[in-house]
Amino acid sequence: MKTYRQVFSELDRAALIPFFVIGDPDADTSLAVVKTAIDAGADVLELGIPFSDPIADGPTIQKADIRALASGMTVKKALEFVRAVKDYKDVPIGLLMYYNLVYQYGTERFFSDFHRAGVNSVLIADLSIDDADEIIAPATSAGLDTVFMVTPNTNTDRMKVIASKTTGFIYAVSLLGVTGSRERLSDPVEELISKLKKMTSVPVCVGFGISKAEHAATIAAAGADGVIIGSRIVKIIEENLHDKENCLAEISAFLSGVKSAMENRGKTGTH
Amino acid sequence: MKYSGRFGDYGGFYVPEVLIPVLEELEGAFYRFYEDGQFAAELGQLSRDYAGRPSPLYHAKRFSEHVGFNVYLKREDLLHGGAHKVNNTLGQGLLAKYMGKTKLIAETGAGQHGLATAMIGALFGMETKIFMGVTDIERQSVNVHKMGLCGAEVIAVEGGTGTLKDAINDALRYWTAHVADTFYLFGSACGPHPYPTIVKHFQCCIGKETREQCLEKIGKLPDMVVACVGGGSNALGIFNEFLEDENVKLIGVEAGGRGLSGGRHAATLVAGRVGILHGAKAYLLQDDEGQVYETESVSAGLDYPAVGPEHCLLKDSGRAEYVAAEDDEVLDAFELLTRTEGILPALESAHALAYLMSQKDKLPGETVAVVNLSGRGDKDVSIVEKRRPKK
Repeated sequence: MKTYRQVFSELDRAALIPFFVIGDPDADTSLAVVKTAIDAGADVLELGIPFSDPIADGPTIQKADIRALASGMTVKKALEFVRAVKDYKDVPIGLLMYYNLVYQYGTERFFSDFHRAGVNSVLIADLSIDDADEIIAPATSAGLDTVFMVTPNTNTDRMKVIASKTTGFIYAVSLLGVTGSRERLSDPVEELISKLKKMTSVPVCVGFGISKAEHAATIAAAGADGVIIGSRIVKIIEENLHDKENCLAEISAFLSGVKSAMENRGKTGTH
Repeated sequence: MKYSGRFGDYGGFYVPEVLIPVLEELEGAFYRFYEDGQFAAELGQLSRDYAGRPSPLYHAKRFSEHVGFNVYLKREDLLHGGAHKVNNTLGQGLLAKYMGKTKLIAETGAGQHGLATAMIGALFGMETKIFMGVTDIERQSVNVHKMGLCGAEVIAVEGGTGTLKDAINDALRYWTAHVADTFYLFGSACGPHPYPTIVKHFQCCIGKETREQCLEKIGKLPDMVVACVGGGSNALGIFNEFLEDENVKLIGVEAGGRGLSGGRHAATLVAGRVGILHGAKAYLLQDDEGQVYETESVSAGLDYPAVGPEHCLLKDSGRAEYVAAEDDEVLDAFELLTRTEGILPALESAHALAYLMSQKDKLPGETVAVVNLSGRGDKDVSIVEKRRPKK
């Protein structure tokens, strides 16, 4: 199974990391979408298991959660979904989800079942570093890497603690707010990347609000090791609910565009 | 964070990283002003002259005759705004002012907390936004108009079932993006630390007064204290003062909705399982995998799938007992209090009265039961008309 370490050390540019909600709008289409993203050059996948109350997500991903739940996606089926993705290609998978689903499944069992299915890390949006001890031991013993979030208002001491507990990558949130496409990148993002890169050798991937190829290129140029794009591509699914072919074509074209923009700008940051 | 915000294993602060610094700032400010003399004096003066504290303890003799024992009502319904909510919004609003915040946001179910926040926004000249589910906006339109008159903007929340849970989701999301100048005035003793502690602190005046009034009027402590429980702030507010008095039974009454067996209710402590929602570990109404259920209750203020963490601990320790009253029993209680005493109780508070009706002729005649009449029922008249049309 491919590790984050392998991916980040092999690449000479920032990793392309698309995010999808598993089962959006239904399990079959969702799998086709993820395969398309892999074919278009996704280096790592960030996948969400849909939850009834996603407080860290904006309207686009909330709707994706609702579609996925309405189509019958469950935690158990998400496990099958991960296996099917890994059967297609060995791309590292990070789950991004809410604590209650892990807690109800049983934290240890959740981590070991999903690691065996091919997941590399589980980022819990509503579990901060303060309570990380509830998950670090079971995650590590299951063989998972840890991924935690840093936001523009996280203070330096806290960033150091987060970096010290992270083995996979730091998920740097580019703005104060929930997920969702923004017209422009927020000002603090480049500052945040450079601060983190000076502080730690753990890879730094940036997410939230990134909606254009040029955003991704800017973030890559600032030294990020990966660019996470969620709402912008989930929106393509929303806009093409009755045209699967066009949906796949648009996602492919968008991700290819992002990738080539990042390749052209390279990784000229603080390495 | 300085404190863990735990009540046993319940509570905590399960929130996205971006909210941690703001909760930390809030915790720091709360404990700093908690014992600040000027803050206490200003809050005391506003509680008296603006809100109308202390609220009376009233012996409801005709209602008592009907149930066969003594019922006293703690008249929080007489406070400004018509509910206990003003205790908390005055306290937190003043905290916001002392912290230098200029904008308030709040969630609301029945609209009572939204209204109480809008009043305080007007009082302190702060820009106020109230998040309210579309279902609740429809069933509580009078409160929506009142909030608007106070100058607050009511933001319609369409997600989920358009009730309190969805309003909290959107208020949290909005806060995440506006943490610098916005104070989230949380309405109940739930949510992430430090809210359960803050809200209890500002509501425990209810129990303190009740205790004194009982000793003065009856010459002894009550045998039981009964309150409705949604998030649980009015119940904690009156229970807290009696926690050490083991002879005082504490009864929390949850929303049994259309009945527990059909799943259409909001009786979290009675029928839920421990989980994590809105920043806290607590009992939660959820399916096997942890998806949160949609709840149902005739009273918008109790229509919530989680509950304050301290109530979870009180349930587990057995110090408080939690029961459910179904919509029909609640409507009966609403009608009975109105007809015997000329007091319209909020449908939320009518849950507590419904429990007393269920104890009719089962308790000794000298029993003294205090009910926290947490709000007035004017806002519910159209709902009662709809559910109980006059023949």
